[in-house]
Amino acid sequence: MKAQNPKLKAQTSNFQPPISNLQPPNSNFALEVQRQSGENIFRCYYCQKCTVGCPTAYAMDHQPAQVLKMIQLGLREVVLKSSAPWLCVGCETCGTRCPNGIRLAPVMDTLKYMALEAGYAPPEPKVYALHCSFLDNIKLFGRVHEATMLIEYKLRSRDLFSDLALGALLFLKGKIPLLPERVKALDQVKELYRRAGQ
Amino acid sequence: MKYSYYPGCTASTTAIEYGLSTEAVCDALGIELIELEDWNCCGATSGHALSHELATALPGRNVAIAQAAGLDIAIPCPACYQRLLAADKRFQEDEIWRAEMEGLLDFEYMGQARPRHLLEIMGHDLDLDDIAARVKKPLEGLKPVSYYGCVLVRPPELTGWDDPEHPVIMDRLLQAMGAESVPWSYIVNCCGASLSLNRSDVVVLLVNKLVQAAEEAGANCMVTACGMCQINLDTRQKGHHMPIFYFTELLGLALDLPDTDNWFKRHAIDPRPLLRSLGG
Repeated sequence: MKAQNPKLKAQTSNFQPPISNLQPPNSNFALEVQRQSGENIFRCYYCQKCTVGCPTAYAMDHQPAQVLKMIQLGLREVVLKSSAPWLCVGCETCGTRCPNGIRLAPVMDTLKYMALEAGYAPPEPKVYALHCSFLDNIKLFGRVHEATMLIEYKLRSRDLFSDLALGALLFLKGKIPLLPERVKALDQVKELYRRAGQ
Repeated sequence: MKYSYYPGCTASTTAIEYGLSTEAVCDALGIELIELEDWNCCGATSGHALSHELATALPGRNVAIAQAAGLDIAIPCPACYQRLLAADKRFQEDEIWRAEMEGLLDFEYMGQARPRHLLEIMGHDLDLDDIAARVKKPLEGLKPVSYYGCVLVRPPELTGWDDPEHPVIMDRLLQAMGAESVPWSYIVNCCGASLSLNRSDVVVLLVNKLVQAAEEAGANCMVTACGMCQINLDTRQKGHHMPIFYFTELLGLALDLPDTDNWFKRHAIDPRPLLRSLGG
């Protein structure tokens, strides 16, 4: 009998299909993503142009084309737990190049809304922390005031010590004002937040 | 030429040299900017990341404020520009939302105030030959790459630029200033944008790839039209020394405006040694 390549054996025995222990596929999921995002997910024929052009795909657990495919397959839980929507910066390269005219940026935003609504903890907590701090700051002043926004972000992310030198440099260059600029009609801004349920 | 002006939050903070140079250059070129009264933040990436409604409601209030004057809105920041465009589109397409917002914010949507990026205004509404004729100090020896980044040109159905993959407005403007703009392949690639603080590893990787590519193309500086791109490129490059200009700063330099030093001293990578070496 021919000896088996031990490396190959190790690989085979450790092999787990990427979609093990899943909930049964949810066929309504794709329709729901489609309804909320306004994008026709079923037009994707997996050419992967989106993944190839995506600047942050390398850091995602599932890449943009895979996310679309998994939405088609109804893999709700895997998709909503994925880091992909949180690492998407909305640069719109994918949507600009998609031969089927699917804009992925609104799809990725929709997945973030759905993940939060379903109660999944964002797999990129610092990304989420920054978004929350940014929106809180606008609610407070109507405009972004970096100093207070960054303090909230540091507390939320519990990442107190990174980029302190950068912050000091920007402060010395006159780029981080101490006092905020406030919108006079702040009640209007707050009303917009209330209507948005935020 | 008169425009409503939406500076956006960064024009007086992290991109203060962009705000200052925008105002100085527009003044010198006869572009009158009338700042929108009591404007608010557009919500930027975080707005659309967390709330479908705030994504258009926050920039929508600014579009609403601009209706009375009915002038096109000049916007230096690409993110603000894209968000105001998205809100303006929703005003046109979603009648129920428009009526609700009109009641809430007490305005009437007329559709005359188009959100426009400052670079696009300069490229289309001004005559490049006229700009070239006003140049007092041609930018000889300056070899910039034009860097548009992401949302300035995308998505094309909102922005409607000359070409989303290969725009040429900035190159033509730089050539009118006497600079020798260098062709390269990363003109509309993204710098990592809002991941600057929370996943700086991603931004560092992307920025250094861009700076490296600009160097290999033979550029001695990079030119942006975005506060986020500028600060990411300026502060996150490692082992390079590539000055990152705003296109308005270079216009100010070419027009020989007095304030340029006040802009350049705010950069992390001081561009003045390069300018001196070219005889500026």
